[in-house]
Amino acid sequence: MEHIVIIGNGIAGVTLARHIRKKSDSKITIVSSENEFFFSRTALMYVFMGHMKFEHMQPYENDFWKKNKIDLVQGLVTAVIPTSKEIILSNNEKIAYDKLVLATGSKPNKYGWPGQDLEGVTGLYHKQDLEALENWAPKTKRAVIVGGGLIGIELAEMLRSRNIPVTFLVREQSFWSGVLPFGESQMINRHIQEHHIDLRLDTNLVEILSDEKGHARAVVTDKGETIECEIVGLTAGVSPNIDFLKDSGIELGKGIKVNRYLETNIKDIYAIGDCAEQHEAIDLRRPIEAVWYTGRMMGEVLAQTLTGMPTAYKPGHWFNSAKFLDIEYQTYGWVWATAKADEEQFYWEHKSGKKAIRISFDKKDRTFLGINTFGIRMRHEFFDTVLTKKEKVDYVIHHLAEANFDPELYTSHNQEIQKQFISQFVGVKTT
Amino acid sequence: MSKSVKNISIASHENMQMDGIQKLGITLGLLGLFIMTLALLNVSFPNKGIWLAGSIVSIFTGIVVYANRTYLNQPEGIKNNGVWHKDFTNKGTWAWMTGIILTSFYIVLYWFPQYLGLNGDGGKSTGIVGFFDPLSYILNGKAASQWFVYGTLYTIAILGLGYKFILKYRHNKYQLVRTLSVMFFQLGFAFLIPEILEKLNPEKAYFAKDLKNMWPLNYYFFNEWHLKNMFEGGNLGMFMLFFGIAMIFIISPILTYFYGKRWYCSWVCGCGGLAETAGDSFRHLSNKTETAWKIERWMIHSVLVFSFVMTIAVIFTFLSNNPEISFITREQFIWGIVAFLIVFTGTLYIFKRKELDTDAVYTMLSLVAIIIISLFINYFSGNQNILFIDSNSLREWYGFAIGAAFSGVVGVGFYPIMGNRVWCRFGCPMAAILGLQQRLFSKFRITTNGGQCISCGNCSTYCEMGIDVRSYAQKGENIVRSSCVGCGICAAVCPRGVLKLENDTPAGRINSNEILLGNDVDLMDLINQK
Repeated sequence: MEHIVIIGNGIAGVTLARHIRKKSDSKITIVSSENEFFFSRTALMYVFMGHMKFEHMQPYENDFWKKNKIDLVQGLVTAVIPTSKEIILSNNEKIAYDKLVLATGSKPNKYGWPGQDLEGVTGLYHKQDLEALENWAPKTKRAVIVGGGLIGIELAEMLRSRNIPVTFLVREQSFWSGVLPFGESQMINRHIQEHHIDLRLDTNLVEILSDEKGHARAVVTDKGETIECEIVGLTAGVSPNIDFLKDSGIELGKGIKVNRYLETNIKDIYAIGDCAEQHEAIDLRRPIEAVWYTGRMMGEVLAQTLTGMPTAYKPGHWFNSAKFLDIEYQTYGWVWATAKADEEQFYWEHKSGKKAIRISFDKKDRTFLGINTFGIRMRHEFFDTVLTKKEKVDYVIHHLAEANFDPELYTSHNQEIQKQFISQFVGVKTT
Repeated sequence: MSKSVKNISIASHENMQMDGIQKLGITLGLLGLFIMTLALLNVSFPNKGIWLAGSIVSIFTGIVVYANRTYLNQPEGIKNNGVWHKDFTNKGTWAWMTGIILTSFYIVLYWFPQYLGLNGDGGKSTGIVGFFDPLSYILNGKAASQWFVYGTLYTIAILGLGYKFILKYRHNKYQLVRTLSVMFFQLGFAFLIPEILEKLNPEKAYFAKDLKNMWPLNYYFFNEWHLKNMFEGGNLGMFMLFFGIAMIFIISPILTYFYGKRWYCSWVCGCGGLAETAGDSFRHLSNKTETAWKIERWMIHSVLVFSFVMTIAVIFTFLSNNPEISFITREQFIWGIVAFLIVFTGTLYIFKRKELDTDAVYTMLSLVAIIIISLFINYFSGNQNILFIDSNSLREWYGFAIGAAFSGVVGVGFYPIMGNRVWCRFGCPMAAILGLQQRLFSKFRITTNGGQCISCGNCSTYCEMGIDVRSYAQKGENIVRSSCVGCGICAAVCPRGVLKLENDTPAGRINSNEILLGNDVDLMDLINQK
């Protein structure tokens, strides 16, 4: 019987295993050093905040794996030996494979800051990071977070939930401004401050200072300021977790190089999820996409290939979501932080300052390109269809009610949005 | 089993500290309860009315002060910080103490009301029952009974903690309107209107005047004494009888078709009202395992069969004993019931065979069991003896085991330990019937939003009915479960806007996707069409 070994039990590896099992009886082994059972990494914050217990993050009951004959091995893989088709664990145990799938995810970026490996310094990615935070939190009088993205704001929310004062260092002029256009980014800045987070824009970390026991005691910023703190959160993005593959002969770039079939340069070895790097980016996507949804989709696709139906990875329209403290964010299609030459953007913000939408469309032919929505839920299916059919922006504005996914009885802002859109962009042509 | 992250430090969860104003609120609330406790211990207050009013005002003021301080000085949003860290909401000592006090209260209320001060011989009551006399005289013109005390406290709980719930979810209009609805129905329909009707008809024997409390939740509706009292209750009695029957056969099926069972369970019902308001702090304690789901199916359907058989038996006995005030003979009655159930079950089976899930199959089998038992009743029963059991004792056992022990003692008493919907989930026969309609014959569903689910588990954790919502959401599958009461909290706590309660056309209501939206279109077509 064919033996498929998957390294990593995150969303990519587990989705793959489940889908293989639906179609085949192959022996499946998942190897992970982080935790025995699959858990939803995206929910780590809710455990720290006391919304959930750790077991609530595990989407499948513990006997699910045995029932579906998916073997779980807890161990750290130290090497892959393609010539003998086996992997080696840190306890020197060897596991032979017929097909090997690398789904090892990411690790937090560290840019060589002095003091980055001190006690009290952590990213927010692994279960172990959560345990470390739990240990340090009781003695923490202030935390400093470095890196203004999705993980940074989650970590800030977590620490604030325990009334720990937080200083948030953001390199850019405004929160996540590489992705969010000015209006939305400013809105989130204000919301961060509303939650009593000390937001420092345009500020970089220079150094983390140690106390006599090797624990972080303060950070120094490029503004020359020293901020006393017991926890330093490093959340300046992530990069593929591939160090153990250096000598394996597998072609590596920033990540594990794969083609559209998610195959590496070595036969019978594949890579999916955060750690995979496309030789050439797909559409407007990046070659490496460290996103939950991407990991899942690659798992769904590769399962087809491994069960006898070779299938290229051809993701559909881009979508993503996040939650910034109390403000939910969804995006469908592409909206660029700075409008591209052929792109026109329409921005509406509610007077509460907690809801906004931005719609991007083609300047010339008014084709809808994408939407950012804040505090208003929208239907994935609606926008997916609109993007496929290349509908005009006017169609979307006209059908906002259909697109809306807010709970029942919520106040609709559609008329207000439509009115503003018409006053700004119609006159030229209406629906 | 992986170990959950434990924090042994007592200083770490700083958010758990209450500030002075929150403590003041708690103190005021407890002070009100303390005055009532003194009354229970037979401390005799001069000017009982003023002390009673004072204690009620004190409870309300305490809740308002506490809730305002807790929720209004922070931005609107989900407020679940520390839920699993706090002793009270994570089955700690305070939770057990509260559970024990509630349970004891119910035991005394149902079986030893004399300890509450009730004077069973028609004399003047003392204790907490006597303490409530002034309010009772104002509302219904009679001295208070233990049920009046219970009804008043119940209403206070729903109104006070409903206010707290509204502040907690003030960003969510669905929750706001829904909570106002349960508060309104409790105060008006369950409490004020029946009491005032009682005052206007002082000479009539008791029958239920709560329009919304329908059979089989109101299990004594068809009991002999109750039917008689309604028959002899003049226009009001006849109205209650006909409205009660119309609720069962006409109003409730129509509303359930359009809105799902939520129109009742989380918008109108008193048990649901208490669970949603007073029980909100414990909703996450419901058990989400498949084992619990199995137990749920067995239990709720056993109660369903029990309640039907008990009711059929008492009506049968009633018809045997009172041919003069009956429209129909007992034979006609049994055959009517059997015919109705066969048509009902048969139609559902013929048209909905493909949409049956395990819950629905169990409900259908329960109905078949009821049909068979009914026929047995007809052929093997005398006037009193139903299948060799006395119908009165059947009725009493139901009242004891289900009406009192299950719905009261376990249902509410165990809130802090097993969650706030134990009764609704494992015991309520009404919920079982509405659940069948919801599953097979309703426009209601919870829609999932394409591929946006991140499997975080907030929805499942906060589902008071123990539904593993995530297991559906992460497959992009609509949630169409018999047990869902439509409280809407899963949609509220979802951080990615994945869930939405909707009433829409029945087409495509029950769906299932292998490959989620967002992936390769051709692949989705290929795999999902299979």
